[in-house]
Amino acid sequence: MTLASVSEFDADSPKFLRGKYAICGIGETTYRRGSEESTRNLATWAIKNAMDDAGIGPSDIDGMLSYSGNDSVHAPWVAGDLGIRLNFYMDVHGGGSSTEALIGIAIGVIEAGMCKTVAIYRAMNGYSQVRIGGTGARSAVPIVGDQIHNRAYGWQSAGQMFAPTFLRHMYDYGTTPEQVAAVKVAHSKHASNNPKAYYKNRVTIEDVVNSRIICKPLHLLDCCVETDNATCIIVTRIDRARDCKNPPAVIQSVVGRCCKPRSDMHYQHGPISTVAGHYAKNILWPNAGLGPEDVDVTGSYDAFTFTTMLQLEDYGFCKKGEGGDYVSSGAIELGGMRPNNTSGGHLCEGYTHGMNMVIENTRQLRGEVDDSCPVGPDGKRQHTHDYSEGGCRQVKDVEVTANLGWAMPGTGSAMVMAKDSR
Amino acid sequence: MPIIGEYMGMALTIDDQDKENREFFSWCAAGEFRLQRGKKSGLLRYPPTTACPWTTDRDYDWVPVEGKGTVHSYVEVHHPIQPAFRDKVPYMILLVDLDIQKGEPSEHEAIRVAGNLVSPDGEFAAPEIIKSVGIGTRVRMVFKEVTEGFSLPHWTIDLDANQPDSPWRYPQE
Repeated sequence: MTLASVSEFDADSPKFLRGKYAICGIGETTYRRGSEESTRNLATWAIKNAMDDAGIGPSDIDGMLSYSGNDSVHAPWVAGDLGIRLNFYMDVHGGGSSTEALIGIAIGVIEAGMCKTVAIYRAMNGYSQVRIGGTGARSAVPIVGDQIHNRAYGWQSAGQMFAPTFLRHMYDYGTTPEQVAAVKVAHSKHASNNPKAYYKNRVTIEDVVNSRIICKPLHLLDCCVETDNATCIIVTRIDRARDCKNPPAVIQSVVGRCCKPRSDMHYQHGPISTVAGHYAKNILWPNAGLGPEDVDVTGSYDAFTFTTMLQLEDYGFCKKGEGGDYVSSGAIELGGMRPNNTSGGHLCEGYTHGMNMVIENTRQLRGEVDDSCPVGPDGKRQHTHDYSEGGCRQVKDVEVTANLGWAMPGTGSAMVMAKDSR
Repeated sequence: MPIIGEYMGMALTIDDQDKENREFFSWCAAGEFRLQRGKKSGLLRYPPTTACPWTTDRDYDWVPVEGKGTVHSYVEVHHPIQPAFRDKVPYMILLVDLDIQKGEPSEHEAIRVAGNLVSPDGEFAAPEIIKSVGIGTRVRMVFKEVTEGFSLPHWTIDLDANQPDSPWRYPQE
């Protein structure tokens, strides 16, 4: 028996929530290596910033969601610190791809009447405590059962786990190291216009391909930065969001932790150069009621240069196999057709397991992402749209953004947001 | 009692309840590569699982499988992450398409088995050997003991096989 409701073509029902929920508040700590703060203190700081950004207080938040890999603080502690009484909370296991998935969960619990407004946070000392690159605490975890099939072979870190996908894409489609390095180059240009970014220096293709090999095909500069930080996003119903201090970023569609077949070991089901976006796009675009051509700014997860390229390709921003051409064409740079990760993303701004890319797109939709352009008499930045070093970061006339979250080749999440039409 | 073995300074544990992995690795210790074959589907699967991914069938047999295949993709590690591998770089992890059941039950499926590239006697391959291996290389399985009743499968170059003229390798050496 096959239930009609789970047939692969039925991605219709959630569209009725299209435009009914929004991000009303965003907050972050500074992006640092060596925070000298507990994850509890970092979380409190980021959530407070998000509350201030929304112009709301502790009594306006009654739901909380967090995610971690046992390297963070539980929601009730942070809620207690901030005087928030919770009607709902959940601490979820996971890293990349959690942001969009948890936004979907927040919409669901609010829709179910369980609470009214949800603060989602990720607090991590990804450099000074549990290193995201996999050294230190992560390598000390005992190897049990199913993990013997990978970790016993020295196949453990994210870069090591994803490398067969990346290399096979080069083999299948002729993708070159220089093409993929263009992702780092673009994001470094964006970061040079972002005073918040941890790495603000612009790099060249040669810098990337001449940096030392970590594991083929990844050079040091193909890999994201490890930082200490917390980030927060507040989700609520559109009518409530409209009462907040800043314009809402309206959620059009969300897909969470969508998987390739054989998620126990996705390499069993090829092509292995295809990633979860291949499946996720069939939920994302119909629910949003629009397609990749309608998107002005993307936030394609950049744990590695390759992840950005693979996702842009599998979500349909270019033809399958042409990701190398797309990312090296200038399209993803500020001033290009569809800039990606205008903050500098995980490669340059800081590593947050996806949150800072959603925060950046929220600011792009508000039209206030800039940190450098002159302030006009109305107190707002007068965007120059001059994207040279140290300049503007605001993209012209942003109406629609897409975030493409990545857990691994076999699992991804995504979200489409739009400017409030009212 | 759980099986606990020390391998390259790493403690590897298979719990009592994990009967699928217990059986898989104990066959390796006996020098045999065996996989579960679903009774309904007749299809082999890897890594060990608790049901047949194609039929939901929980019944299976452990059947001997020839440990031969072709490198589908690989990892070549130059910067070690785990302390156990600090003096092993560069080393390779191979993802190998077994000859059996390749392209079944659908075009892009295969039984893709992981392991390190090792010499015929199970030592990590030397850098000059690594440089000769890539996508397309023909390999055969060898076993390395972890502890009594528990061995790991690995891969070595199949010297009896017809090798491609130049297997595909990442362009920068």
